[in-house]
Amino acid sequence: MFIIGERINGMFKDIAQAIREQDPRAVQEWARRQEAAGARYLDINTGPAAKDPVKVMRWLVEVTQEASDLPLALDSTNYDAIEAGLEVCKRPAMINSVPAEWPKMERVFGMAQKYNSAVIGLAMNEQGIPKDADTRVALAMELVACADSYGIPMEDLYIDPLVLPCNVGQDHGPEVMVTLRQIKLLADPPPRTVVGLSNISQGTKNRELINRIFAAMAVANGLDAAIADACDDHLVEAIATARIIMNLDIYCDSYVDVYRKQQK
Amino acid sequence: MAFTPVKDKYRSKVGEVTLGATREQGGTRAYTITVGGEATLPFLHFEGEIPNRPVVALEVWDVAPADWNPCFEPFYGDVYNNPAAWAKKCVEEFGADLVVLRLRGADPDVKDASPEDCAKVVKDVLAAVGCPLVVLGCGKAEKDNQIMPAVAEAAAGENLLLGVAEQENYKSLTAACMVHKHNIIAQSPIDINICKQLNILITEMNLPPNRIVIDPTIAALGYGLEYGYSIMERARNGALGGDSMLAMPMIGNVGYEVWRVKEANASAAEYPGWGEQEARGILWEATTAMALLQAGMDIVVMRHPKAAGLIKQNIDELMVKTSYEG
Repeated sequence: MFIIGERINGMFKDIAQAIREQDPRAVQEWARRQEAAGARYLDINTGPAAKDPVKVMRWLVEVTQEASDLPLALDSTNYDAIEAGLEVCKRPAMINSVPAEWPKMERVFGMAQKYNSAVIGLAMNEQGIPKDADTRVALAMELVACADSYGIPMEDLYIDPLVLPCNVGQDHGPEVMVTLRQIKLLADPPPRTVVGLSNISQGTKNRELINRIFAAMAVANGLDAAIADACDDHLVEAIATARIIMNLDIYCDSYVDVYRKQQK
Repeated sequence: MAFTPVKDKYRSKVGEVTLGATREQGGTRAYTITVGGEATLPFLHFEGEIPNRPVVALEVWDVAPADWNPCFEPFYGDVYNNPAAWAKKCVEEFGADLVVLRLRGADPDVKDASPEDCAKVVKDVLAAVGCPLVVLGCGKAEKDNQIMPAVAEAAAGENLLLGVAEQENYKSLTAACMVHKHNIIAQSPIDINICKQLNILITEMNLPPNRIVIDPTIAALGYGLEYGYSIMERARNGALGGDSMLAMPMIGNVGYEVWRVKEANASAAEYPGWGEQEARGILWEATTAMALLQAGMDIVVMRHPKAAGLIKQNIDELMVKTSYEG
């Protein structure tokens, strides 16, 4: 499982200020820090306050690429903003995200085809986030079928079963774990899976503890990627260890360092 | 209906290591040898590129080996006391791609050869042959830490492959390889975890991964061949799966291991049912090597010229591209 670094997001004050003042320093600092910590992608989110998300997305992509060679995950519900970002991405990017809804899937998978991007597909539709695993898997199947019809290879489709905070939707936890396993049965080769990791701990007191225990459990259930805080050392250590226990990486005494380095 | 082969996709490939340096590159070798680079499992040409063929080395000692089977006399008897002539014979008469010089004489219990003596033997062998050279110490860490830096310095520019580094003793050899620009053999005792850790330790000293060759330690057929085989398999699968600390070419001392075992050495008089000793020994060595080629060995160190010949032929056949298309 690898980390998509979550920190370049207009929801954070320093990034919001950087966007406002068109000062790339904070963005580039976080690009470098997340890369050094072992992120494999950098998530780019303009934040809810951006007045012109198209312009802001393009600017964020450009200044981030000056500081890091990592591929980017363009995170927006505004598909014009995503397309503006894709136009200036130097490496194949990831589109974050699309729900199992028409005509959104048409637009997003069409862009993915055109720009050779990966896509995060959300296991939800107009009716919202499903309560149980079966409905999530059914929506995942719609995403798989649509991606396939656009010729997107399954290794470029990341399905997000959608994680709810454990103090709000505690009953969703086990459903997410079941969904992670069942998604792997939908196609051969199977699609990949991703979660917005920090969602699990929104509004709780022990955020980091909850994040890393969830990460380890999700690795045990086959999770491929997480949008998460790459600079949380304990989280990275927990993921590296879970990968060893699941026989995904070969053990050696320096396995945590190796995990960090191999993300690049 | 056309047959479509199932192809695996791999995230990564094995790194390449180049041995030797020509005059333009600062050495005196007639040619260099590049090993590794496999983008698929051994010899699955239809699935991925295998840019370099495995190579066959023959073993030369700096002292006449006291305990080698008499069947080697007709081949090496006249050059046992002359490593340079021995090496020349291996290359010119027996077709070795490269030579492995084992500095057995440095062992305090053998001849206790000095670092200067060892460096001289290496220089003599380099002068006698044009192939890249592998140099191994005597196997006693304390002494090897004295002789290998001298060897590395004397052969600066030749881009040798020097061995062996072990988890408990890698710093001195790694430093020597860094300073004098040689490649290193990282040896682990049939242990994938130590294999990986040692590569990390060596790269942490800033020797780049493309100058490391893995010696996973192998055993002869009948003596645990399958343990070495499965370690090599795991290392290679790891390499193809993106584990850069296992993505190095591999070397194995096949001749050395095989000619220690009873099945290669016992006379027909002793075991009439086993058949003639020399033919049996050759086949024991060749069979061991063939199996290890299938596990991904890149440098096969042989001893008997006829076994080496069989393996060269086997490699020729395995390197014929297989194709299921058209």
